[in-house]
Amino acid sequence: MTAMPFLGTATSALTGHYATVLIFVLVGFVFAGLALGVAKLIRPSNPSPAKMTTYECGELPIGSSWIRFNVRFYLIALFFIVFDVEVIFLYPWAVMFRTLYPIAGLGAIVFWEMIIFLGILTLGLAYVWAKGDLDWVKKLTERPENGAATAALEEEASAP
Amino acid sequence: MPIVLESLAKIVFMFLLIMGMVPALIWAERKGAAFIQDRTGPNRAAIGGVRLAGLVHPIADVLKLVFKEDVQPEARHKAFYNLAPWLAMTIAVSSYAVIPFGDFITIAGRKIPLVVADLQVGALYVLAVASLGTYAVVMAGWASNNKFTFLGGIRATAQMISYEISMGLALMGLMMIFSSLRITDIVAGQGDMIFGFLPKWGVVVQPLGFILFITAVFAETNRNPFDLPEGESEIVAGFHLEYSSLKFALFFMAEYCHMVVGAALIASFYFGGYQIPWAPRAVLEANAGGLLTAKLIGVAVAASVFALLFLRRAQKEKNKFNDNRDREPVLGAGLWILVAIGAAGALLLKPWTVGPQGAEMVATVFQISAFVAKVVFFAWLFIWVRWTLPRFRYDQLMHLGWKVMLPLGVANLVVTALVMAFV
Repeated sequence: MTAMPFLGTATSALTGHYATVLIFVLVGFVFAGLALGVAKLIRPSNPSPAKMTTYECGELPIGSSWIRFNVRFYLIALFFIVFDVEVIFLYPWAVMFRTLYPIAGLGAIVFWEMIIFLGILTLGLAYVWAKGDLDWVKKLTERPENGAATAALEEEASAP
Repeated sequence: MPIVLESLAKIVFMFLLIMGMVPALIWAERKGAAFIQDRTGPNRAAIGGVRLAGLVHPIADVLKLVFKEDVQPEARHKAFYNLAPWLAMTIAVSSYAVIPFGDFITIAGRKIPLVVADLQVGALYVLAVASLGTYAVVMAGWASNNKFTFLGGIRATAQMISYEISMGLALMGLMMIFSSLRITDIVAGQGDMIFGFLPKWGVVVQPLGFILFITAVFAETNRNPFDLPEGESEIVAGFHLEYSSLKFALFFMAEYCHMVVGAALIASFYFGGYQIPWAPRAVLEANAGGLLTAKLIGVAVAASVFALLFLRRAQKEKNKFNDNRDREPVLGAGLWILVAIGAAGALLLKPWTVGPQGAEMVATVFQISAFVAKVVFFAWLFIWVRWTLPRFRYDQLMHLGWKVMLPLGVANLVVTALVMAFV
């Protein structure tokens, strides 16, 4: 067999290669697609307006459901992005810790650097926690600035 | 191209494993639920009047769902609506690519590792695929243009991303101890011993990490107690409410695929994967003949006992129904007698005299069996938990994810680093 440098070392060969993953995912994709295709060919199809209504327990739906939804979900998404990106920086450190720690002069840096990094991460968590943004159920009285903001908005609206 | 062939063979094996596990799990879920709730469970579907303990039901389900009309809502977003179940199934199976189901096997002088793709960043790949699962769910929820599905979709997103961070943090402790992201390395490392007698399993070296990980896996699979995206009592069926026929079947199968992946990951990361405790590969190979003989004798004896039990029932319930159902115990007894005869017949081939090639094969088979047994146990754990615990309330879910699991994950990491640095 001719040399294929992109395939990696002898024992791992294809096994260590991302092409295998791609093939695996493609097999899954084609399998699901085939099942859908076969079912489409053999099932009956008698659509009627009544069947094609949106299901709302027998009521006729009012309006679309593509609407603005609760801002709390956006907050969760924001926290996720922030914390997940920080966590990604930890993976290389976690893998190399055992190798780097015993090296004289480097060990302390490796250890304390990440402790400080984790400290900042925890600080961020403590901040959103103290702000009450991690609470799913919020009381309006817990946020005094809410009233002030509403008053400001009302003032703005009443201005000419 | 033997390399390509061997890869294809492994891919085919993995898909057969998935396609075998999913109906088996659906059956186990129904029978398990019935067992826990003290009722009989599925016993109506039958082939020629013989019910096979409800095993016919998954087949009947597939046939029904394939031949059902696909009722689609008018208001849907067509492209995403059709893509969502397809994507759900694809994503559910893709995680299997990096899970090692055995150590290695030598065929024609070539050492073949028993994993489809031995990626250097296998653990990261698993986490990445787990987060992709969110897309299928939110796509289904949004594209159906239904208020219930929409709620289910955004609930699922918020839940899955909340628990993903804890999942990554829990795994990180394990990565520190085994200094690798490659799943085969992590599993191989768990074959060692601590203090000479305790297997170095993930659950032993990372007990807190294990609890965090198993909780996060339950949340990622959207199973009880984390099944708020479905929440039958609140939002009817959640994100897949508007799906019928085979599109629903794909979501259904994807859920069970996720369960098997979750069980396989728990087994690989925290319970030694294919490793048998106190019996490393060298020991297995050295005693292959004895082990094989013992196993065959054990199978023969167990099968005979089962056959006897069935025969006794056949005698007791001779004329219970007065139709084909009376034949079931006899058929069961016949099946077990065949197994017993097979195992006893294999003993005639003198299994205690296996050569080195055979010894390796026996060791591999034993290790694969250990892996499958662990996966089956954890899959059963999923079912067990589902029918035991009630569902969380949404604020409790968020509280657990952000205020309990995330700080605990960070603490676990710091403690692991401290122990590794100063002990």
